[in-house]
Amino acid sequence: MGSTGPSAGLITAREAGLVACQRCGQVHAINTAYCKRCDGPLRSRDTQSLQKVWALLIAGMIAYIPANIYPMLLTNTLVEHTESTIVGGVVDLIHHGSFGIALIVFVASVMIPIGKFVAIIYLALSVHNRSSDNQHERHKAYEVVEFIGRWSMIDVFVVAILSALVQLNTVATINPGIAALSFALSVIFTMLSAQSFDSRLIWDVDRTNNDGH
Amino acid sequence: MPQPLPPLDDLVACHQCDTLHVAQDLPENARAYCQRCGAVMMTAQSASIARILSLAMTAFVMLIAAISFPFLSLDANGLHNTTSVIDAVLAFNDGYAFPLAVAVAFFIIVIPLMRLGALIYALGPLARDQRPHAGAKHAFGLAERLRPWSMAEIFIVGVTVALIKVAGLAAVTVGPAFWAFAGVVIVTVLKDQIICRYSIWEALDHRPD
Repeated sequence: MGSTGPSAGLITAREAGLVACQRCGQVHAINTAYCKRCDGPLRSRDTQSLQKVWALLIAGMIAYIPANIYPMLLTNTLVEHTESTIVGGVVDLIHHGSFGIALIVFVASVMIPIGKFVAIIYLALSVHNRSSDNQHERHKAYEVVEFIGRWSMIDVFVVAILSALVQLNTVATINPGIAALSFALSVIFTMLSAQSFDSRLIWDVDRTNNDGH
Repeated sequence: MPQPLPPLDDLVACHQCDTLHVAQDLPENARAYCQRCGAVMMTAQSASIARILSLAMTAFVMLIAAISFPFLSLDANGLHNTTSVIDAVLAFNDGYAFPLAVAVAFFIIVIPLMRLGALIYALGPLARDQRPHAGAKHAFGLAERLRPWSMAEIFIVGVTVALIKVAGLAAVTVGPAFWAFAGVVIVTVLKDQIICRYSIWEALDHRPD
């Protein structure tokens, strides 16, 4: 049986031969198909979880490439036409002395997406390898990824507001670039990827091999 | 398979790590966390359904106001432009970016309204001690599922960033819709703080429909 450690005495519904509803927590006999309390579909574990996670993660990573190469904002003023990428926008903010805002945009558009890619790869690999190390840390990582992923959308909303607001005929106009679309797609795909990850898998891989159930 | 045994109803499993716990009545204003992964499992609030319902209705009305009134206006060199939340959505309305206009409309307007509407539909009869409407469980399930896709609070932060970006170039005036939108964010956060999914599912189930 081996490592129970701090989790001694706690068993999962699956180990008890039961299946739990993820929506409302109601516990049922293992072969029940629908929750008797909330009518939600029951599944002890999502066996295709990792497949979906990888597919959506790869889609998200691919969409992130054009999001960084192509311009996010197209600015036209009387004197010049400029196109700025995500990183270019951050650099512009630093030149204007808006360090706080530059930091927010950098964190939301660069650090969070890349951190999410790395975290999801790590979570999926560790479940794939049936690792029993760092379960609490991995669960925390999963929670952080789930919570923080949506915040990457900030830059898309910034572009939307700037493009709607700065429409002063010939004097100054701002329009969205193609990168806004790729970036939004990247965020949506990685959010779907994180949602496909069945966090219950973190906790039971170590026992399925040597346990009776 | 044998029929579910009565003790199963006393058990509750963590939705994040599947660990079994025995459900107990909580003292007032207490929260129950999963013993293994620390996820919040229950919160105990007196009259919480009525409170959630009133917050949801408040947010719904404020969101309608936030869509209807002018959001921001810009003045530079004698030129003037006023924009609403709808204009911000339509900013992507040229050709290739059209799907993005649809997505932004969903994230900041349609999904928040759907979530609040579903919640009001599911909880309305419960607050008046009546039988839930048909499909109340589906409505509450939908409101829960849409939660990550409702991005009003992220939009407000985005607006703040945009304001600071243009502040040096032009004079920006904040309209009533901006404050309404900020109000929606605060009320929604309060609502999500006091909501106890476990007791709402129980309440929806214990009054037969």
